[in-house]
Amino acid sequence: MLIVETIRMSLNSIQANLFRALLTMLGIIIGVAAVITMVALGTGAQRAIDAQMAALGDDILSIQSSSRFSRGVTHDSQTLTTDDAKALAIEPVHLSDVVPEIGGRLQVKYGNKNFNLSVVGTTPNYPLVHGFKLAHGEFLSAAEEASRTRAVVLGSEIPEMMEVDAAALIGQTLQIRSISFEIIGIYESKGGSGWRNPDDDLYIPLSTSQFRVTGNEFVGTISARVSDSSTIPLAMLEIERVLRREHGILPGKDNDFSIMNRKQFAESRAEATQVFKYLLAGIAGVSLVVGGIGIMNIMLVTVTERTREIGVRKALGATRGNILLQFLVESTILCLLGGLLGLALGASVSALLAKYAGWQTVVTSSSAMIAFGFSAAVGMVFGIWPAKRAAALDPIEALRYD
Amino acid sequence: MASILLQSPVLKPRSVIRLEGLQRRYQMGAQFIDALHCVDLEIQKNEYVAIMGQSGSGKSTLMNIIGCLDHPTAGEYWLHDERVSRMNDKQLARTRNMAIGFVFQTFNLLPRMTAFANVEVPLIYSGLNRKERLGRTNIALETVGLKDRMQHRPSELSGGQRQRVAIARALVTNPSILLADEPTGNLDSATGLEIMGLFDKLHSLGNTLIVVTHEQHIADHAQRTVRLSDGDVIEDTRL
Ligand SMILES: Nc1ncnc2c1ncn2[C@@H]1O[C@H](COP(=O)(O)OP(=O)(O)O)[C@@H](O)[C@H]1O
Ligand SMILES: [Mg+2]
Repeated sequence: MLIVETIRMSLNSIQANLFRALLTMLGIIIGVAAVITMVALGTGAQRAIDAQMAALGDDILSIQSSSRFSRGVTHDSQTLTTDDAKALAIEPVHLSDVVPEIGGRLQVKYGNKNFNLSVVGTTPNYPLVHGFKLAHGEFLSAAEEASRTRAVVLGSEIPEMMEVDAAALIGQTLQIRSISFEIIGIYESKGGSGWRNPDDDLYIPLSTSQFRVTGNEFVGTISARVSDSSTIPLAMLEIERVLRREHGILPGKDNDFSIMNRKQFAESRAEATQVFKYLLAGIAGVSLVVGGIGIMNIMLVTVTERTREIGVRKALGATRGNILLQFLVESTILCLLGGLLGLALGASVSALLAKYAGWQTVVTSSSAMIAFGFSAAVGMVFGIWPAKRAAALDPIEALRYD
Repeated sequence: MASILLQSPVLKPRSVIRLEGLQRRYQMGAQFIDALHCVDLEIQKNEYVAIMGQSGSGKSTLMNIIGCLDHPTAGEYWLHDERVSRMNDKQLARTRNMAIGFVFQTFNLLPRMTAFANVEVPLIYSGLNRKERLGRTNIALETVGLKDRMQHRPSELSGGQRQRVAIARALVTNPSILLADEPTGNLDSATGLEIMGLFDKLHSLGNTLIVVTHEQHIADHAQRTVRLSDGDVIEDTRL
């Protein structure tokens, strides 16, 4: 009953000084918007990694050359070769597919357009192991691998980049480092995955890449699929044994390669993202508290300005509790309105970031609720002191105040 | 009215207000000022009392204490046989709300609210529901003859009309005592007479009235005149 009147009273007094109310709320608006946006960014990044993890499967091991350390200098050298891949494909019993690849950013020319794109040289089983599907044309074949054919399969976003219809590209040629390649196929979109987008890449036979582009036997990464995910440790031991032998590493010396379970890697990244998300939310939360201090400041001014009103209300029968409630409700409503506006602002900023900066953002209802609840709490906590001061005013002193 | 009198077979009429040895002392640095020195006063139901005296004689101080807005530094104040000094914040608020209607010289209306909303304020603190408030507010505004102006804000009203709103606000809870501290002080004499006419009407309706004034023709409306000087009652005359 009285609370309804109190809320109406507060809304009236906010409405009577709308511009100032808006300025008062600014801190909360920005604070809530910051929390919403930060959490949206964090959640977006996390979703991306989750999707990536789901796509990876836990049965793929990734082998890379590791930097060697000798005579006090790190040598960032390539150590993996096509022969290593062949040995791994034949020997270990726990591996089903072995895919070597070598990649780098190269100049790509189509018509009179120039691009700098990542070109991956790899074997025909690459799409199978990495889960690529074809949208147009054909995959790279074993015959093309064997004959170092100058054929290329494009990631799904390349046609758009070149501003050509995808289907029309099949059979056309493009130049990689001024060497002509025939476009034989275009993949379906695999979806962005944060640090590298496979849809932006070009895929050519490994043999072609080594013969015509890099000019040596080295490969960058060897992906190996484990036949049964329960045998991952055994598979890793097998890989280690084969590669140490191939590389002639003496007992007691360090490996010149590293084996990584990509899912584990992604999981640790997800954890880091989580921490990052809370850190961002924490920083944004601090701005919310600063906003609360702004509210307190203005409420103190308001109480001073309205001393006479408080005196009149007390003379008419308001208890300390009535006055306390009035100012507490007012600061809480200010904060809630600020929270609502901040929510709208944060959601808009998140949407804009997603649209124009290409960052994945997800505004969850839980982050909205938390930000909203928090701003209500800020209103109450920071409103209590001004409200107490108002309630404690002596009626006759307040009436005399000018 | 008559029935209440019949029910209480007390010979002496019960005082609505009884002040005993009331003192209100202000400290100004090392100096003490007694705004009220030692005031004894009893006011009966349905009395119409004018309080007179020169400026600074303690009239407002006395009214504020009677209105439960201020506390005496010594002495005792009995309101309806209850000791005001023993009341807590809630009881004081309830007393100001229900038992006392206060009319100020400077009106003290809330500027952002309409006349209607101003008059309604005490009823909100009484805890009445919307419908009851609507009825009572309308009656109070009708009593002061301002029903047609009830949606106006104070700034859109003349001084006399503002004071009528303030009187309606003081009346609206049906208090047993109506206090007015120089209610015509900020009004021209014609408007002042109108307001005094309103007080006469309220008195005839059975209200207990205490009006502070330093104009004799205003005091002439009352049946009893209490004169203050330097914080003491120096004269108490009944017609
Ligand atoms: N808050 C105060 N502090 C100090 N002195 C005061 C205060 N209020 C009133 N006084 C003094 O008390 C005396 C009586 O004041 P007041 O009751 O307002 O007189 P009146 O209403 O009769 O003009 C005056 O001398 C005045 O200066
Ligand atoms: Mg005075």
